[in-house]
Amino acid sequence: MNQSGIRMVKPHTDESTLVHMSATDEDKFAACVHCGMCLESCPTYDELGHEHQSPRGRVHLMKAVAQGKMAISEAFADPVFTCLDCRACETACPSGVQVGTLIEEARGQIRETLPLTGWKKTISRTFLRKLFPYPARLQVLGKALKVYQRSGLQTFARKTGLVNLAPQHLRDMEAIMPMVTEPTLTKYPHGIPANGKVKMQVALFTGCIMDVMFSDINEATIRVLTRNGYEVEMPQGQRCCGALHVHAGDREEGRRLARQNIDAFLEADPDKVIVNAAGCGCALKEYPELLREDQEYRERAKQFAAKVEDVSKFLHDYGYRKPQGKLNARVTYHDACHLAHGQGVRREPRELLESIPGLQIIPLPDADRCCGSAGIYNLTNPGMAGKILDKKMENMPAEAELISMGNPGCMLQIAMGVAKCGRNQQVVHTVQLLDWSYQKEGRYVPAEEV
Amino acid sequence: MKGTKDSLVGELSAIVGSSAVLFQPEDLLAYECDAYTIHRGMPRAVVFPKTTQEVAAVVKHLYGKRIPFLPRGAGTGLSGGAIPLGGEVIISLVRMKKLLHVDVENRIAVVQPGFVNLKLTHSISDKGYYYAPDPSSQYACTIGGNVAENAGGAHCLKYGVTTNHVLGLEVVLPNGEVIELGGAPDMPGYDLLGLMTGSEGTLGIVTKIMVRILKNPEEKQTVLAYFDKVEDASYAVSDIIAAGIVPAALEMMDTVAIEGVECGTYPVGHPPGLQALLLIEVDGIAAGINEQITEIVGVCKRRNVMDVRVAENEEERGRWWANRKTAFAAMGTISPDYLVQDGVIPRSRLPEVLASIRRISETSGLRIANVFHAGDGNLHPLILFDARKPGETDLAVEVGSAVLKVCADVGGTITGEHGVGIEKREEMRYVCTDEEIEAQTRIRTVFNPHNLLNADKLFPKPSRCAEIKIIQSDR
Repeated sequence: MNQSGIRMVKPHTDESTLVHMSATDEDKFAACVHCGMCLESCPTYDELGHEHQSPRGRVHLMKAVAQGKMAISEAFADPVFTCLDCRACETACPSGVQVGTLIEEARGQIRETLPLTGWKKTISRTFLRKLFPYPARLQVLGKALKVYQRSGLQTFARKTGLVNLAPQHLRDMEAIMPMVTEPTLTKYPHGIPANGKVKMQVALFTGCIMDVMFSDINEATIRVLTRNGYEVEMPQGQRCCGALHVHAGDREEGRRLARQNIDAFLEADPDKVIVNAAGCGCALKEYPELLREDQEYRERAKQFAAKVEDVSKFLHDYGYRKPQGKLNARVTYHDACHLAHGQGVRREPRELLESIPGLQIIPLPDADRCCGSAGIYNLTNPGMAGKILDKKMENMPAEAELISMGNPGCMLQIAMGVAKCGRNQQVVHTVQLLDWSYQKEGRYVPAEEV
Repeated sequence: MKGTKDSLVGELSAIVGSSAVLFQPEDLLAYECDAYTIHRGMPRAVVFPKTTQEVAAVVKHLYGKRIPFLPRGAGTGLSGGAIPLGGEVIISLVRMKKLLHVDVENRIAVVQPGFVNLKLTHSISDKGYYYAPDPSSQYACTIGGNVAENAGGAHCLKYGVTTNHVLGLEVVLPNGEVIELGGAPDMPGYDLLGLMTGSEGTLGIVTKIMVRILKNPEEKQTVLAYFDKVEDASYAVSDIIAAGIVPAALEMMDTVAIEGVECGTYPVGHPPGLQALLLIEVDGIAAGINEQITEIVGVCKRRNVMDVRVAENEEERGRWWANRKTAFAAMGTISPDYLVQDGVIPRSRLPEVLASIRRISETSGLRIANVFHAGDGNLHPLILFDARKPGETDLAVEVGSAVLKVCADVGGTITGEHGVGIEKREEMRYVCTDEEIEAQTRIRTVFNPHNLLNADKLFPKPSRCAEIKIIQSDR
């Protein structure tokens, strides 16, 4: 029987594209038996219906590249970069194919072979290599944003229509940009002591964008942790997790940041490393994969990753006092991909919400379907991201006043969706709701509820 | 059309729009096979129509130019029915994925062919209804594909296969003509609906399907039974049926299959060292279910069961089924490739057939996992191999053929629900005489006179002069 069948693609003869530092891992793609069980889980396949824009199709192309049947070209790059890296296919896959890791490896392979050029290169390098890795520079940007928001410049730009000069998706984003506050990493250089008896010592991973755009969530996380007897350390050597770099195919910078974080956190030696951004948490847990060929850091990466825990899972597993402050509101919960599919955390955040008095939980259909944020996907692929967001908003129950989740990227994206639909719903982090409930009980707790 | 010398691409784009045509070799590569990966072939292009009119216009155009074509759904087929062998244009129906109509009173649903099987049940479950045929790929496979292959599933023992649930079809014939078959109520005359269902995309392209939907059973209970002898499990299967029980499902897995599913994404925690397990489900009106369960447990005990339990709740039941339904794909955890066979045998011959399969496995050196719908004698031996090892793919194909020969020799047949496709064309000779094959190709000719639609599938390559003559005179 003719195993290879008829082929129109000529075997690729240039050996140089076959040997890569970050070639996709054969054992990982060999686990795919081409059954197609992943298809329906994939948001891009759902939109396009193209086999090569499905998890199975992408893995098929990776195999073809590894076997030299297909060149590393734009035609390979397009499906690989159209992937949201949402990992929904990993939940669906009966064989446990690590599609996310394969995609990230393939992106590394593509960027080694087809480096970015022109303005794309400039923008990518500026953000990935010159901005995200440096907390000080991000803070300068944060301060600039603060000036923009508070000096009246934002109002001016919006009123005069200056803001309309930006592309639509950037304008949408500008419209929902949260108010910038002071980053927690610099605010608490010596950490924050626990209230009362110390149950455990934890270190907070503050995140790069998170600490500039959403430092109030970091503040809430710190309050909830310390209130429950967890001493919070703030290792000052920590940097961006590198997820955006790995997603973009810049594995080298991703590894550099990984080593730096491993050093910073292992030196502080906390019992656990707490993360409140699902994307970062997933990336930190996958350092052993990223550094599997690094003799020096391989073991340290495993040691570090074993400590990493999402804040909702940590509170659920290690205990928290049930809050008493009543929040009379209707809330719905969106599963961030990198929490549900990436880390298998689904039940815990819902249980946190259920523990809050007065909060009525409204189910969100297809709650674990990607919202289109996917790191910086909504900036690099705005068209597709917009369509996926529209689907998310169609499912979003109108009666919910609050939309809760565990990832800042999703928060920005869904806030944009809320604004686009002209709705009046507030997007919050799960831990913020817990914090509000605690804060409310501080002022007044009716006797029958204590 | 920019980027191609093939004028056909422009012509197809004029019908469906340029965003609905793929033609670059790199974009087509993912269409070189479906879930049957042993045979591969590149299509000339892939088109994505959104309406029946677009399908008809595309087909008419291709027919006029005598260009071969074939339909494709989700591409989860296991016999290669959607693989192009002669540079066909693939008509992908995945963008025709609407649920068109639900009529609970008359228990009818109408769907487009690209609508996914499980989505139908999800869409009507709040009304208390479901769609019975449940192939293991139901998370992804389309109902159009189910009709083409006459798909089965775990619950077909009691409820029947796709053909028992299809009430009407809209079909684009290979010349582009649109016809309607069946409908409610049932029409007198030849059962063309039955002919079209399971024709593996060789008689027409289905563009609309009316199916029967069922009311959820009042009660449902599931039993899991572990055995340390395959023979005991096999006899238990026969005894359950002999006791007059018609289980909704009666499934079996052997040692290697259990090893695979336990390494997969949905492990149950089956104890090691099992020779076989049975998954048995009974459903219906609540009265009598408990008696049936008692009877089933009794049968298992008389057949030396190691352990037998009833699912305590819906969650446990769900975990058992997820484990079973992902069995094929979970083989990826213990083998890089597998070939799944689809033989059917009389239930009573199960022990001897399993012994023969074991001998074939030992002689060939390839491991075989057995997962099957034991209740209706539909075997799925999964032949594990590594395509990277020279000669192993061919060996797997030979082993598969030998297994089907065993099935045919005990009075069974070569396919229960996966179809013949490319995979079992030659094995058709195990169960059909030359005259029977010729009679069927003549029927095909009535619908598909130039054999442009999914040629070279379902029947063995012509072996007799007469048949060759028929085909030559058709071209």
